[in-house]
Amino acid sequence: MSADPGGLTFLDRPNSYIGRSVPRPNARRLLEGRGVYVDDVAVARLGHVAFLRSPHAHARIVALDTADAKAMPGVIAVVTGPELAAVCTPWVGVLGHFKGLRSAPQHALALDRVTWVGEPFCAVVAHGRAEAEDALAAITVEFDPLPAVVDMETALDPATPAIHAELGDNLAFERVLNVGDVDAAFRDAALVVEETFQFGRHTGVCLEPRAILADWAAADGMLTVHHSFQAPHMMQDILCKHLALPEGAVRVICKDVGGSFGIKVHIYPDEMATCALALMLKRPVKFVADRLESFQSDIHARDHRVTARMAFSAEGDILALDMDDLTGIGPYSVYPRTSAVEANQVVNLTGGPYRHQHYRARARVVLQNKAPTCQYRAVGHPIATMVAEGLVDLGAARLGLDPLAVRERNVIPDDAYPCAGVSGIKLEKLSHQAALAKLKAMMDYDGLRAEQADLRRRGIHRGIGLAAFIEITNPSAAFYGVGGARISSQDGCTIRLDPQGGVVASVSVTEQGQGTEGIIAQIVATATGVPMDKVRVISGDTQATPYGGGTWASRGAGIGGEAAWQAGKALRGNVLVVAGAILQADPESLDVRDGAVVDAGTGTERMPLAELGRIVYFRPDTLPPGVQPEFVATRHYVPKDYPFAFTNGVQASYVEVDTETGFVRLLKHWCVEDCGTVLNPLLVDEQIRGGIVQGIGGALFEHCLYDGEGQLLNGSMADYLVPMAGEMPDIAVAHVVSATASSEIGAKGAGEAGTAGAPAAVVNAINDALAPLNARVARQPVTPEVVLEALGLI
Amino acid sequence: MASENPDRAHAVAFTLNGEAVRAHVPARMHLGDLLRQSFGLTGVHLGCEHGVCGACTILVDGRAVRSCLMLGVQADGATVETVEGLTESGRIRDLQDAFHARNALQCGYCTPGMLVTAAELLDDADAATSREAIRAAIAGNYCRCTGYHAIVDAIASTAEARGQGRRDAGRDAGLEAAE
Ligand code: FES
Ligand code: FES
Repeated sequence: MSADPGGLTFLDRPNSYIGRSVPRPNARRLLEGRGVYVDDVAVARLGHVAFLRSPHAHARIVALDTADAKAMPGVIAVVTGPELAAVCTPWVGVLGHFKGLRSAPQHALALDRVTWVGEPFCAVVAHGRAEAEDALAAITVEFDPLPAVVDMETALDPATPAIHAELGDNLAFERVLNVGDVDAAFRDAALVVEETFQFGRHTGVCLEPRAILADWAAADGMLTVHHSFQAPHMMQDILCKHLALPEGAVRVICKDVGGSFGIKVHIYPDEMATCALALMLKRPVKFVADRLESFQSDIHARDHRVTARMAFSAEGDILALDMDDLTGIGPYSVYPRTSAVEANQVVNLTGGPYRHQHYRARARVVLQNKAPTCQYRAVGHPIATMVAEGLVDLGAARLGLDPLAVRERNVIPDDAYPCAGVSGIKLEKLSHQAALAKLKAMMDYDGLRAEQADLRRRGIHRGIGLAAFIEITNPSAAFYGVGGARISSQDGCTIRLDPQGGVVASVSVTEQGQGTEGIIAQIVATATGVPMDKVRVISGDTQATPYGGGTWASRGAGIGGEAAWQAGKALRGNVLVVAGAILQADPESLDVRDGAVVDAGTGTERMPLAELGRIVYFRPDTLPPGVQPEFVATRHYVPKDYPFAFTNGVQASYVEVDTETGFVRLLKHWCVEDCGTVLNPLLVDEQIRGGIVQGIGGALFEHCLYDGEGQLLNGSMADYLVPMAGEMPDIAVAHVVSATASSEIGAKGAGEAGTAGAPAAVVNAINDALAPLNARVARQPVTPEVVLEALGLI
Repeated sequence: MASENPDRAHAVAFTLNGEAVRAHVPARMHLGDLLRQSFGLTGVHLGCEHGVCGACTILVDGRAVRSCLMLGVQADGATVETVEGLTESGRIRDLQDAFHARNALQCGYCTPGMLVTAAELLDDADAATSREAIRAAIAGNYCRCTGYHAIVDAIASTAEARGQGRRDAGRDAGLEAAE
């Protein structure tokens, strides 16, 4: 860990808040019901928009009659796709570094053809949402249904029509990776195991639905957009591009955001349409998705079928991995991040914890007439982890070895770093061995195995499942920038000292509830020497914060936090120069602690910051000649030495399967994770738990169900199951700390870890419970029906 | 034709967070929308509007109710409390402190509904407050961000402190001896 200019590391600075479980400053407001989410923003002359959405998976719009709707009470405007296209240009979701990735131009409102159930093609703006919906019912549409591409398994068959004729077929992207001599490794192996894993489509189900309020003030040429979103500067850039506005004319504000998880970092047609409507109508327009719209139009994820095999030596060494991943992404690759990223991550990450040197993977990404899929929390990770960890367990069982021992034997050793993973990823420092050892002790692995065996004799079927994983965090420009997407991977922080001796820090990383503002306050307080209760953090406003990427891919602490640390140090340096001039002392001999300039050696107070602020701002005439105080400092940061900070962890699940009903009861869950420097255990631990529960949702409950015609069958929370408190277990979390040397604070991300490993841990536990009954499940979600099928009972 | 106008308003009068209020409500407007739109009580959050997520939970005549499942006109004559009222009266101050200390919230969107549900549970001195009982009590409140674990911790510690408080008060009043 690096030293600060005062010669102390941040951990032993006298008033360090880093590593402490301090509560979040902004949580009080939320606890009192005083949050400001988009739907809470009050503006005058507001129009409410509702969208007419396609009832067909694929159809041509033959005729659209809006005359009756326009005459309805309260209606301000009815706008069709072609009318809106005059204001908002279309987009294509491709990236340069995904060679061969193809998609078609997508419009904010479909022009003459709809391609999934829920695609918006006409908008009504009215004085109230209810009136807008009344008017929707008065629009008459004539459709000519077209054949729908629903099943990804047949999407590439020559007999299947191409969704976009100009592309020729439905293959959006293909990647093949071939490392070592896979065929030879399989030929020489003592054991080969194979499995086909099915991953059901699921979606984010943020509790606050997607919401946007766009306010065009023609008089000062300013579009102010309140948005429930993760990346305000990205949205600003995209609005400028597609609405032909200069950068300075668009301000995006993301105040409180009620959950995002990657769902709120993509460009949605209805949200672009809302902004275009504000321009067209010269008034504020608001769109808040209702829950049915969320299920139909929020991005989905994880629709994969993976067939994979793993080769082992007789001693349990993993020799090779060979996999084929097929994924369906809906009718368009989502802009601007693209829908190829998930499959690409599956190729990069599968088997990532292990030492084997022979790896072949093929990923094919196909178009379908279902809701578009794109990045959602832990992109690709749960799939990669399930495939490898499922095969490791199969291999261990066939070889008669303990599954934990097989993992201990095969993980890349903790002293092997830096090194490259088999897929070519650069790994700075991981801690699989330490994490496995910690997990083993924490869960009392041997004791639990004994309990399991004992209960089994009494006909109770419990299982223990393990999942080791790696996690991508702190992405650099290698993620999107090299592909030509205007998605910032650098972030910044500006800190200003105020006359009373407090500071205001504005940061480009955003708060989504994970505690960004809290950890930034901790870092800023530590770096500047100002007490935490005198630090105010501003985020989520393109007009008030430095330019940056926002929150995605677990980068808030590692990238935004480092920018704040550097800005805080710079401000402290500036303060000490001025204090030194006033006190006639060498700045090096001074420090700032607990809100006062002190003698660095003795800690004796020399001058409160409030006094310094008074002199500098109100009596600069009394400063020594030549002293020009700069009580504001800005620093930006992006990792340069590694494209990503990979992290690692291991999870375990203990479940009981009712072999008569197929119900799975979660008894306990454990996670050991290495996110580098832990800035605030209170925040990190609950974020990991939240991620685990999201992963469990995908493993056991969540599924966007479609019929053979491409109709979404479950569009309400009563039909789409989400994890609730009653079914969830207590979750134990512990850490191993391998700080990244890329930054001074050494923080890596932690946002994906829970979701990355939980499904594999749970499904492996179910299979462990079913093993004596010679049954296995490999299809998620593992509903009671799937279990009963595996048991041959239905 | 007038009787078919879905926006025809009906007069209602009720007690809202301790104040007597009146409003004109379209028959089809649910209570959650009424509280948000007519009274600016934006602590009432809407997550699903079909009674599953619990984000919109408020107290009506002392009982936890989903405001998206009750029509505004049905509030006539009732006593309604939202998170804003519970905050101002100080009634859930200990619970809010426990949520804060334990970081039992992330985005905060589920939080008002979660607090109201927990408030009802904690008001019942006889309710079981084991972790399982707490999990069961909040099983109708969806939280996507936390793993529920911290929420259970916060409610459990509040229940424990209130139980201790009640035991102390009982001792002070000499009730144990009287029993
Ligand atoms: S909004 Fe009322 S229960 Fe979800
Ligand atoms: S804190 Fe976000 S939904 Fe509970």
